[in-house]
Amino acid sequence: MIRLFSLLLLLALWQGAALFADPRRLPGPVPVFEAMAHEVESGALFTNLGATLARVVASFLLAMSLGAALGYAMGRRRALDRLFDPWLVILLNLPALVVIVLAYLWAGLTEAAAIGAVALNKLPNAIVVMREGARALDHELDEMAEVFRLRPAARLRHIVLPQLSPYIAAATRSGLSLVWKIVLVVELIGRSNGVGFEINMAFQLFDVRLLLAYAIPFVLLMLGVETLLVQPFERYVSRWRRRPARGQGLA
Amino acid sequence: MSRDGAAALLEVRVSHKDYLSAAGRPQRALENLAFSLPAGRAGALVGPSGCGKTTLLRIIAGLDTEFSGAVTLPADGRLGMVFQEPRLLPWRSVIDNLRIAAPQASEEALAALLAGLGLEEHARHFPGELSLGLARRVALARALAIGPDLLLLDEPFVSLDDALARDLRARIAALIDEKRVTTLIVTHDLREAIELADVIFLLSPRPSHVGATLDVTTPRKLMTKDAADALEAQARREIEAMRGR
Repeated sequence: MIRLFSLLLLLALWQGAALFADPRRLPGPVPVFEAMAHEVESGALFTNLGATLARVVASFLLAMSLGAALGYAMGRRRALDRLFDPWLVILLNLPALVVIVLAYLWAGLTEAAAIGAVALNKLPNAIVVMREGARALDHELDEMAEVFRLRPAARLRHIVLPQLSPYIAAATRSGLSLVWKIVLVVELIGRSNGVGFEINMAFQLFDVRLLLAYAIPFVLLMLGVETLLVQPFERYVSRWRRRPARGQGLA
Repeated sequence: MSRDGAAALLEVRVSHKDYLSAAGRPQRALENLAFSLPAGRAGALVGPSGCGKTTLLRIIAGLDTEFSGAVTLPADGRLGMVFQEPRLLPWRSVIDNLRIAAPQASEEALAALLAGLGLEEHARHFPGELSLGLARRVALARALAIGPDLLLLDEPFVSLDDALARDLRARIAALIDEKRVTTLIVTHDLREAIELADVIFLLSPRPSHVGATLDVTTPRKLMTKDAADALEAQARREIEAMRGR
């Protein structure tokens, strides 16, 4: 309820500010929704949202799977950690724009360069989070698995992944918001479709209505992913934490 | 050592086991420690705290390989271990904990095992919902579920109150008699060992070795208080002799 009220308040503030501003600089909600409807009718909104979303998903999955594997290895093996930690620090401090421009220079203005550049920007963050998770793995449960000779697949599924799931959820959360922001930059510089491309168009034409007509649906889409996918996943994997102790004494 | 000439299932020969103390100096935990346990028997390792009992159990379980000597177990022998802390998977239900450890066990066998330990109503609970006494029983059920050739119990009654400890002791004694599973119990409590074991290995203070072996000739069910007292007195004399040496 309070969340809905908060969103309505934001909308009212926007409308209020638009009343006093130059409509070319800050159009009100109504013209923006009209522009949005226009883009929906022409089909351009869904094409561009779809293109951007596909890039977000591809680069996010690439970064998360690589990051989980590398982070796990570095968290478990001290030698690997010492060897690759400096690389990680360099990658963490490399500006996103440098990675993007280098990728386009080396691999051309291609889809692979775009997705690779975004993934490379997210990768060090995923590695750092997953490395923390791997370092926190319970040694006693490893020993239990050793004595009971659990198969590698069973260890991964029942021992490692449940312990890593909070870290996976955290990396997903921070990762998604980072990835979609960088995807827009990549599209702005070197792609001919997607939300970032349309925003570049809007910038060239000084069309704030078009800019907001693309930005708002995409923010809503990412909010939806967070509320409908990430949060339920977190609740599901932590369902065993919440119940009280039972059977005190001689039950 | 084995009264009835049964083949030894477990043979332990540790010539020495060292570890680094917190100060970085090598310390000797075990020296010339040897014993063997015949199939179908229950043995108890009894010694003062800090004498290296848990270290020895970890060596037998294959968790610690940095020692000189040898541990002989049947090839492909299955080990069922009950650690001091239950070490259950907190994110899996009780029944799933059993299934994961023993994927080959049938559902009926697992249900029977839980019923035998009075756990049937807790099958769907998560370990965090159980008291320590119940969690220990689940850990015991898990160890038995794999149909172990050797059952290892590390201080199974520590930090349980008297009533709970007595209850669990009776259940373990019944299971040992019923399933005839070769069992090795580590404990600091002599009385516990007398109640559960067929043979008791008394460990000396560090560096630890088997100072004396006591055969418990009275079957578990026929053990009287007098017989237990006599055994305990004998064990205490042996322990005194070890200290005097």
